[in-house]
Amino acid sequence: MSEAESNVRREPMDLAKAQVPVGRVHIISERCKQCNFCINYCPTKVLEYSPETNAKGYHFPLVAAGKETSCVHCRFCDLICPELAIFTTEMTDEDKAEFGIDGS
Amino acid sequence: MAVSVINKGTKPEPEPRVRTGGHFMLGDHACAEGALAAGLDFFGGYPITPSTEIAEHIAVRLPLIGGRFVQMEDELASIAAIIGASAAGARSFTATSGPGFSLMMENIGLAAMMELPVVIADVMRASPSTGLPTMVGQSDVLQARWGSHGDYGIIAYCPSSPQECFDLTIRAFNAADQYRVPVFILMDEVVGHMAERVIIPAAEDIPHTPRKGPRHKPGEEIFLSYAPDADMVPPIAHAGEGYKVHMTGLTHDERGYPALNAPTHNKLVNRLVDKIRLNAADIVMYEEIATEDADTIVISFGCTARSARHAVAEARREGLKCGFLRLITIWPFPEKRIRELIDQGNVKRFIVPEVNLGQIRREVERMTSLPVLRLNHAGGEMPAPKDILELIRS
Amino acid sequence: MSATEQIIHPAATVHPIDNLLRADRFPHILCPGCGIGTVIHGYAHAIAASGLSEDRHVCVSGIGCSGRAAGYVNVDSYHSTHGRALPFALGIAVHKPELNVTVISGDGDLTAIGGNHLIHAARRNVNLNVICINNFNYGMTGGQVGPTTPVGAKGSTAPRGAVEQPFNLPYLAKATGAAFVARWTVLHVREFQDAVLRAMNKNGFSFIEVLAPCPTSFGRANNIGDGLHEVEIYRERCVIENGAQNLEELDIDLIDASKPITVGNFVDIDRKPFIE
Repeated sequence: MSEAESNVRREPMDLAKAQVPVGRVHIISERCKQCNFCINYCPTKVLEYSPETNAKGYHFPLVAAGKETSCVHCRFCDLICPELAIFTTEMTDEDKAEFGIDGS
Repeated sequence: MAVSVINKGTKPEPEPRVRTGGHFMLGDHACAEGALAAGLDFFGGYPITPSTEIAEHIAVRLPLIGGRFVQMEDELASIAAIIGASAAGARSFTATSGPGFSLMMENIGLAAMMELPVVIADVMRASPSTGLPTMVGQSDVLQARWGSHGDYGIIAYCPSSPQECFDLTIRAFNAADQYRVPVFILMDEVVGHMAERVIIPAAEDIPHTPRKGPRHKPGEEIFLSYAPDADMVPPIAHAGEGYKVHMTGLTHDERGYPALNAPTHNKLVNRLVDKIRLNAADIVMYEEIATEDADTIVISFGCTARSARHAVAEARREGLKCGFLRLITIWPFPEKRIRELIDQGNVKRFIVPEVNLGQIRREVERMTSLPVLRLNHAGGEMPAPKDILELIRS
Repeated sequence: MSATEQIIHPAATVHPIDNLLRADRFPHILCPGCGIGTVIHGYAHAIAASGLSEDRHVCVSGIGCSGRAAGYVNVDSYHSTHGRALPFALGIAVHKPELNVTVISGDGDLTAIGGNHLIHAARRNVNLNVICINNFNYGMTGGQVGPTTPVGAKGSTAPRGAVEQPFNLPYLAKATGAAFVARWTVLHVREFQDAVLRAMNKNGFSFIEVLAPCPTSFGRANNIGDGLHEVEIYRERCVIENGAQNLEELDIDLIDASKPITVGNFVDIDRKPFIE
């Protein structure tokens, strides 16, 4: 396989029908040590540094303005976090109503 | 004597854990039998002269009665494995000699710090280094007490006969579990390789001191692995019992969590030492002969005590006022009894024969301004009764 | 802070996996950008996925930064001495074969001072899951070189660069008899967890090397930058090759940017276990 071919983006055949989950981000800000893993590796770039710091002086992640409903609950930020300072949950219908997302 | 007949319609007798009866037995084998009778679950060891017969005997017997024998890759692994097995609740044991004992020192400190009971037989040979592997020595006695870095308490028994190898090994397992400490059986090559009559009692007459366990069910409250009772010994929970213990060689709090500060360290280390020091009256064992009016007392242990016993008996026959104090526990050292003997007023001097250059003499000197005569050999042979007698006569 | 942000960030204080961790000890002692926390995290998830009660799991570690792992997992855990985690764990696994014993320790602990125990535990095929966190140096003591340091990489005890050939750990583990051998990095969070789970389900000796950044010591001495920069190296250069046969060729050279880093589950064989 040539390099060009291997870089072809493959799309699942049922992509149009797939339901992409919406995630809700939870941050335990006091555990964060600002390693940047979650912010850097978020596939939908949901996170950004907080302007304020935690008690240890680190800027922890926050959901960026306008990205409140962009999390796809892939859990990568959770799994790679060395501090267990972040996790996501799938939005419930209640959550979705709160954020004004179509619950269908 | 019952002979089991195999393949003739009768089942072979099951292997007994306790070989009740009278035997003519090697000291090393008697030690192994003592460990088996005490309820040995796990043996991890490495061959080394003159202790190997202990491992060999256990390799034959232990698997047949449900225990596990593992020949490890070295003594570093042996000691680590028996500490691990102890953490899982096993009565665990290893046997070695000087060079292997030296390799075990770091983890002996770990066992002391984690307060995990283990029993270690050190069959002493002429040292230092490789020394005289097949010949006697008694030069590991201070190493047994002080060999690992730092302050900690241990118990060490010094058998003088194969019978004592059996009896004291059982006692060692019980003491290890009672005080949560490493316990040594400081044998020497002469006692280990000597065969004598050994009487093994009925299984129900073997004393057994269990470990103190938790007093609540898992999950009811947080179990504190290092919260001592009045005897300064904490109850213990093992791997797999559901108490989620954490044990570390780092200075730790009662939960077992690292607590890297001076006050916690001072408190912990003092308790590790005090739980043996302040319970010494219950631990210390010695044998005493004709000390009431003695002006000379011979203090001895292990194989040397056999010569000393003869010499003292002969001296008495000659009308010399000579007594004998045989150390059965060498650690904790029977300081109290030696001070009492001094306070009696009749003692004018001590004689300490030993197969090292004065390790126990130094301990006695620490306690008295009376003369302490030495009779030392660096190793390879033990003092003969006549050598000790000559010194008594002098 | 806007109202929206407040809604989307409920003040979480507990992580869903906290029950498998000694959460009262968090934040842990490890540096920002260090990968060891991610490994601990992955191990906790593997415990949860194992279907086995956490009372049946035991964690043993040696000494060093990675040796601190045992202190953060909420199972029976033992922080043993330098290099001796494997024989300590063997004692537990042999006395109570019903327990699932995992050893988490560092490359220096397991392959230098504990190297002899590693090859013998693999040879015996003891039922242990070994997670070897490889950060290419001795982090706790300030960045000395060790048996995994790539040739040319700097450490405080090799200021002009390491000159010794490093170990290729999966090759070593395979050669000495491990039944399951894998290499992943802290970036491969799901693959790593899956490998740990496979190790837990295997009655035999499993060895998982997991590359983890040490920005404070190794990263700084070798101009790699912070932890993220080293994880980026993994992302750019890692090639997944499950079942790779040519383990002897899969050395890691973190310094030479032209060389790929091959990761994957390399070995999964059935061999007579130490205790059946």
